[in-house]
Amino acid sequence: MSDAAAGALQVAVLVAALLAAQGPLGAWIARSLSSTRHLALERAVYRVAGVDPDADMRWPVYARSVLVLSAVSVLLLYGLQRVQAALPLALGLPGVPAPTAWNTAVSFVTNTNWQSYSGETAMGHLVQAGGLAVQNFLSAAVGVSVAVALVRGFTRSRTDRLGSFWADLVRTCVRVLLPLSLVAALVLLLGGVVQNLAEPTTVTTLTGGEQTLVGGPVASQEAIKELGTNGGGFYNANSAHPFEGPSAWVSLLQVFLLLLIPFSMPAALGRLVGDRRQGHLLLAVMGGLWLLAVTAVTWAETAGRGLAPQAAGAAMEGKEVRFGEALSALFAASTTATSTGAVNSFHDSYTAAGGGVLLLNMMLGEVTPGGVGSGLYGMLVLAVVAVFLAGLMVGRTPELLGKKIGPRQMVLVALSVLTMPALLLVGAALTAGVPALVGASVQDAGPHGLSEVLYAYASAANNNGSAFAGFGAATTYQDTALGVVMLLGRFVPVVLVLALAGSLARQTAVPAGAGTLSTRSPVFGVLLAVVVVVVAGLTFVPALALAPLAEALS
Amino acid sequence: MSTTTPVQPAPGAPRGAAPDDEAGGPSGGGRVGAGSFSPRQLLAALPTAVRKLDPRDQVRHPVMMVVWVGSVATTVLAVLDPSVFAVLVAAWLWATVLFGGLAEAVAEGRGRAQADSLRRARATTTARRLRADGTEEEVAAPELHVGDLVVVEAGQVVPGDGDVVEGVASVDESAVTGESAPVVRESGGDRSSVTGGTTVLSDRIVVRVTAEPGASFLDRMIALVEGSSRAKTPNERALDLLLSSLTLVFLLAVVTLQPFSAYSGQAQPLVVLVALLVCLIPTTIGALLSAIGIAGMDRLVQRNVLAMSGRAVEAAGDVDVLLLDKTGTITYGARRATALLPAPGVGADELAAAARLASVADETPEGRSVVALVDAGDDDAPGARATAAEGDLVEVPFTAQTRMSGVDLGPGSPGGARSVRKGAAASVLAWVRAEGGGASPAVDAAVEDVARRGGTPLVVAERADGAPARVLGVVQLEDVVKEGMAARFAELRRMGIRTVMVTGDNPVTAAAIARQAGVDDVIAEATPEDKLARIRAEQTGGHLVAMTGDGTNDAPALAQADVGVAMGSGTSAAKEAGNMVDLDSDPTKLIEVVAIGKQLLITRGALTTFSLANDVAKYFAILPALFAGLFPGLEALDVMHLATPQSAVLSAVVFNALVIVALIPLALRGVRYRPADASSLLRRNLLVFGLGGVVAPFVGIKALDLLLSLLPGIG
Repeated sequence: MSDAAAGALQVAVLVAALLAAQGPLGAWIARSLSSTRHLALERAVYRVAGVDPDADMRWPVYARSVLVLSAVSVLLLYGLQRVQAALPLALGLPGVPAPTAWNTAVSFVTNTNWQSYSGETAMGHLVQAGGLAVQNFLSAAVGVSVAVALVRGFTRSRTDRLGSFWADLVRTCVRVLLPLSLVAALVLLLGGVVQNLAEPTTVTTLTGGEQTLVGGPVASQEAIKELGTNGGGFYNANSAHPFEGPSAWVSLLQVFLLLLIPFSMPAALGRLVGDRRQGHLLLAVMGGLWLLAVTAVTWAETAGRGLAPQAAGAAMEGKEVRFGEALSALFAASTTATSTGAVNSFHDSYTAAGGGVLLLNMMLGEVTPGGVGSGLYGMLVLAVVAVFLAGLMVGRTPELLGKKIGPRQMVLVALSVLTMPALLLVGAALTAGVPALVGASVQDAGPHGLSEVLYAYASAANNNGSAFAGFGAATTYQDTALGVVMLLGRFVPVVLVLALAGSLARQTAVPAGAGTLSTRSPVFGVLLAVVVVVVAGLTFVPALALAPLAEALS
Repeated sequence: MSTTTPVQPAPGAPRGAAPDDEAGGPSGGGRVGAGSFSPRQLLAALPTAVRKLDPRDQVRHPVMMVVWVGSVATTVLAVLDPSVFAVLVAAWLWATVLFGGLAEAVAEGRGRAQADSLRRARATTTARRLRADGTEEEVAAPELHVGDLVVVEAGQVVPGDGDVVEGVASVDESAVTGESAPVVRESGGDRSSVTGGTTVLSDRIVVRVTAEPGASFLDRMIALVEGSSRAKTPNERALDLLLSSLTLVFLLAVVTLQPFSAYSGQAQPLVVLVALLVCLIPTTIGALLSAIGIAGMDRLVQRNVLAMSGRAVEAAGDVDVLLLDKTGTITYGARRATALLPAPGVGADELAAAARLASVADETPEGRSVVALVDAGDDDAPGARATAAEGDLVEVPFTAQTRMSGVDLGPGSPGGARSVRKGAAASVLAWVRAEGGGASPAVDAAVEDVARRGGTPLVVAERADGAPARVLGVVQLEDVVKEGMAARFAELRRMGIRTVMVTGDNPVTAAAIARQAGVDDVIAEATPEDKLARIRAEQTGGHLVAMTGDGTNDAPALAQADVGVAMGSGTSAAKEAGNMVDLDSDPTKLIEVVAIGKQLLITRGALTTFSLANDVAKYFAILPALFAGLFPGLEALDVMHLATPQSAVLSAVVFNALVIVALIPLALRGVRYRPADASSLLRRNLLVFGLGGVVAPFVGIKALDLLLSLLPGIG
């Protein structure tokens, strides 16, 4: 089988599996989050946490709850890292320095999982499993909760209530993430991913040298790392580490896992709004753009521009040499399209064009299909922009899912759409504009160096977490600045989206008529896809022209 | 019941519309056409446009404010470091701001001519105010206040808006409505309102003033057509927000480009960055946005509809339920005679002859229809009958007081001296009683029967000389559905609008007419409260409702409706309650109002899309010009093969400015709107304005480049 055929086949298998799974999983998510019963385990959690799961919240209360939970999480995680040395299972590691601890705490709470530390050599088992993995669950569940609250804004009429954040959060964890992670962890375990709480093993290698092998609760963390689109690897090498990504089919499984929930959210939306075709349309737009990115990256990496790639048959430097170029490209395109940030190859080593697509993938705002929950609400926000244009062009005040888009909705949507580009461009410009910062963090000169800076801030502003390896993020400035960017990039849109949900829920639903623009029609799908690409394209083309584009065309 | 219609709708008599205004009249093909535009208007508006360069004017338009700041900045830069390029860029940025002001000025100018003619009507008049003791005093019209009573007699101008509280008069309202046929205004009822500036032609009325000086209908009209009282509508504000945030995005992209560029080895000249920014921000729609809004109102004014707010025009585009009165809207308000029902002991011929005789002098459509019915049913000697009465005949015309018409025949006529009367049942029966006649239970039953079936009964009676009057029978008038209504309702259905017919008829008749007309729903035996309740119910269901009305009892429903069109002939209460006034009092115009509302939104959407789509080509022009020096590989992006970097940047800037002027006619006329379902509209407009917006600047910029590269210092 040729490389191209093998690549196409694994994409086909992946697409078939995702198509089969997204419907039932979406239905399950929708059912779980609109349930009226509490499970015994959930009741126990509510009692311990002292929250009322039946309190129907107004949007400010919902938003405050999200922020309080996240603030407490950041503080706990920060503390846990700082006092690591005194904790059990620390593997003798020292406490994490303040800038790194801040950066890591923010990173995991915002579902970014940017790692400015080196996985197994900085964090002990307790911090990894009790701190980071817990946030892997919570941050993903926060995304789903906010998305569902926004959907409630569409489905509810004349109310100021969006549901209970605590119930949404706990249900997402208990009914969706935990069972899925359990199954996924077992399968990963079968595939050869390690799982233990042992002390590091020291072995003597063939050449007589000594090597320390760190084991740990990898499979369990790996499962939620992918499912929750977190991406924070147990090992520094992430999924390229043989203990974390032992074989080709496990690598493909990891791609499946990280795409699973984001691609199921449209189906959940369809169920929740009682219009499954609406879900299908969003799925088609997300899936179409994702497939386009996969194709583009694969092409860029295998087309073989340059001497070395031609000799190797593809641009193999930094790739997953065990499994081939296609799986690397598929993994990379998927991890950047889902705000996961897990990697099985190093994005810094991609060709200029391939790396440019990965960068653009994030710059689209992580909506193709985006992070768990955040992809859906991000896409719905862009759908508001699309429907606004479309509504005008058919001569009606724009409406989406029966809710009118007026000035208040536009303010919230505009600010939400503005947040990411502002953080990205300003953050990157500050670093690129200060020679001292460039010297401290940027490894390569010229356009590739600028790509590294843009990539770092795109990753942080979009809560992706992957990095161009050449960028030295472990400086006090970058740790702090990227932490701030991650925090704002996550929670500013969250608050705006919840406010949007609140303003939508207050409206009376407008029944669809012949004059209503169908937001399920192919022509709207095309418009939405164009809006996603054009909004990002127009914003970032000048910067991209100086970075990957200049590099690719030189 | 009245047998005359005091105000006939004047179809297709737009005031102030230019001859080439194809859509002044009812739009037969379902298209809303365009207002007029001539290049001369551009020239006339130039002085105003120059005045609009004042930043205090620009601050209302965030996008143009950015261009203004950019113009100032490039001017300073051009002065500090003069070059042909810098001077030209600065000049064209100023031109961009100027063209934006020009669009607005042209739109406003079109209203100003109308306002001037209205102002003449408001020319200072004196009023004869009644003191409490009944004596009169002369005061200037602007000194009148709400509640004052004024006397107006034939030949005098009504000094202010008000209601007639005493008397009946015919009034010439042409100053306000453009309709030259005088209308009857009388105290009480739904025809009691008079408008300041109109002229009383006959009789004397006492008017209670209902508007403070400066707040009269005429004042509001002037403000509206001038656009001076224009507040931004919700949709306009939402679009403004979108445009502002796009502007911010581009501002960020351009500002951060400088450190990226510096990092790459070469900072960019500020003039070029400003030029890039102005080219990217949505200046096309930003410059034309307010002109589009003003022009939308203007298109309504040309159709003699005054919208009290832009919000109402927009709401019209969203309306999905239309409440229409049956009479006068769906059916000919003028009813037609369809049957003659003789009283017991009266021959059919005798009734026919009398009915015809009573109607020959009646020039109303109802009267003519009686003649037509009788003549159609009796072919043998219509002429003989008509001439029989000649010679000794006195016509008794219809008056608002008597509510009947007829003739008095002299003794020389064939049947001897007698009087024949025809009119509303109650009035004629009262006349019969007054003339010594008795009631006839059979006639009463026939009257009731006709009324119950939705028809209008007219009673015919005669009084021969010396004998008591007697009732001859009943003429049944019925409403006939207007031609083409079914097609219009089908069109509305395609636009997604449901029609509800409101009628006082009983359910059987109502259903029959509803079927004929093809409306979607009907409210029979409707009271004004029913109307209001229905509107509330539809609104609760999330629908937007439009209705027309003219009576005082329509006022609550007009106020409740999202779009309430009050008839110009209606009461001041109705006009106060509605958010539009139709000076022609043509209820079917709602359909056009809806189309104009949609057209307004489509024009905004189309130009926004066009504006954004333009950016693609501008990037292809400017980015290679900016960076090809740094990275020669980026030359590959210069697909237009522009002459020099300066020429590329300048061409983009000039294109950006000229496209505003080129689109002024479209902004003023509005994009053509043809009723169609939403998806096909979207597909069409995306193709035309989206794809067209991508392609057009490639052609335009290349053409400009060929021209500009000839300039020294550029090429």
